[in-house]
Amino acid sequence: MRQKRLVSFLVALGVGIVVFFSLAPFLWQIITSVKPANEIFSRPVRYIPSHIDLSAYVKIFSRHPFARQIANSIVISCAGTFLCLAASSLASYALSRLRIRGGRGFLFFLLFLSLFPPVVLIVPLYEMVSAFGLMNNWLALIVPYAALNVPFATWVLTSFFRQIPEALEDAARVDGLSRLGILLRIILPLSAPALATTAILVFIFCWNEFLFALTFMTRATSRTVPVGIAMLSGASQYEIPWDQISAATVLTTLPLVVFVVLFQRRIVEGLTAGAVKG
Amino acid sequence: MKRRKGLTDTQFAYLLLLPAIFLFGLVILYPVARNVYLSFQEKSIATGMVERFVGLKHYVKILTTDLRFRQALGNTVYFTVVSVAIEFILGLSFALLLNLSFRGRNFARASVILPWALPTAVMAMAWRWIYHDVYGVANDVLLRLGILKEAVAWLGQHPLAMHAAIFSDAWKTTSFMALMFLAGLQSIPQDLYAAASIDGAGIWGRFRHITLPLLRPVMVLALLFRSLQAFAVFDLIWVLTQGGPGGTTETLSVYLYSYTFRYLNLGYGSALSMVIFGLTLVIIFVILLFRKEEVELG
Repeated sequence: MRQKRLVSFLVALGVGIVVFFSLAPFLWQIITSVKPANEIFSRPVRYIPSHIDLSAYVKIFSRHPFARQIANSIVISCAGTFLCLAASSLASYALSRLRIRGGRGFLFFLLFLSLFPPVVLIVPLYEMVSAFGLMNNWLALIVPYAALNVPFATWVLTSFFRQIPEALEDAARVDGLSRLGILLRIILPLSAPALATTAILVFIFCWNEFLFALTFMTRATSRTVPVGIAMLSGASQYEIPWDQISAATVLTTLPLVVFVVLFQRRIVEGLTAGAVKG
Repeated sequence: MKRRKGLTDTQFAYLLLLPAIFLFGLVILYPVARNVYLSFQEKSIATGMVERFVGLKHYVKILTTDLRFRQALGNTVYFTVVSVAIEFILGLSFALLLNLSFRGRNFARASVILPWALPTAVMAMAWRWIYHDVYGVANDVLLRLGILKEAVAWLGQHPLAMHAAIFSDAWKTTSFMALMFLAGLQSIPQDLYAAASIDGAGIWGRFRHITLPLLRPVMVLALLFRSLQAFAVFDLIWVLTQGGPGGTTETLSVYLYSYTFRYLNLGYGSALSMVIFGLTLVIIFVILLFRKEEVELG
């Protein structure tokens, strides 16, 4: 009995450490964001603010195009996710159901190429984006985001589509549905959970992307949130507005926190679907 | 819809693949091919963006006289090996812990995923604040605990800056390893453990003879994904230190980026891209060697 209690105490301690390790930097941002300005720069560090001061949250909107950057991020991430899922679900259907020569090879090729660092694409993409006059244009990010996630999304969706019984399709064919009809009316609705899982992950990737957004969005009003926050440094190195950065961090990560808590199981399932099952 | 009836299955399949192939070709295949071409050209602000064939000039420079490349390569290898090793051990411990049943397990799992789901660039800003030399909480905590005698400039001196970056990376991506391992652990049949217990195997015995071998395929995959991501690290370094101090945290991606876009030297940038591409290929092959006698999971 005593040993059992010791074990459960150790488990609780371990879990406590793990949870603290994961949440601490985020909690520190929350605390910093609500501190009165003079308590942010105090030594020794104050852990509990004397009162809650929300002025950083006001300043981030009034002094920077932060609202605009959030809008950019939302539009780009949603459009990128949609485009990626549209292309990937069609491709996955072809690869999982219609027998084509080299289908499996194609899937492996996709996965293989997605392993290379995105930075090796940056020079030619920069050339293209400037040649098409797309600098600071949403399209300059939407198309690459969709494309970069096609390998992953196709891989995951193909493994999900394979689990749908083929008898369902045969029945639909007997009922006179065309091939496209089968895809749109039978397969896609049935795989709604898989599509949702994939969409969540692709959305997170789009929302978090930094390198391309940094390169193709040169105006402050065109930037996405991660680049906007990273560029918030003040006029000199000594004037970084840490209170506003913290407020911006809290505002952009809070929706993701809700997202993660709500869809925790789906995220785990999606992240590991291709890897472990495949 | 009627007119689609005329297509054979194969034609229909290729039609469905077209959008994906188009996107993929435009953003991934074309750039790779263009890199091959550009890497033999001189094209930069210096040449007024005119392309001029220079053969292997860029490659020769990278491999012989480019000391900054050599430093970046060393930094990248160090960053990759150390951070992946830490993440591997932490990830495995987290997974073993989260695989137990206890109250609040879902909350614990959600908290562990969180660092992975947040934007790296944004959390790198958070870490910059934590590492602040005067007002940073890292110094404060360590001073109060008596571990440090005086405040240190975490991001301002070698080799502290690199280790600070590695620590932030471990914080950010241990969760990915943990998730992969957790999925692997859950696919191990429980009766194996029961049988081993009856045969008198202790906790350590069961871990060594059941968990480790059956987790091996997942371990190789996790190692592959994380090594390649760490090798490509950009956001974290760019935001934390921009490669400083004195280039001691500059990784290959950061070097490629800052060199190319400072002088818009597209030819040299492409040659660097090809070298990074080749090095990535080497990593993939080396890690896949571990797969040789892998046990297939059902």
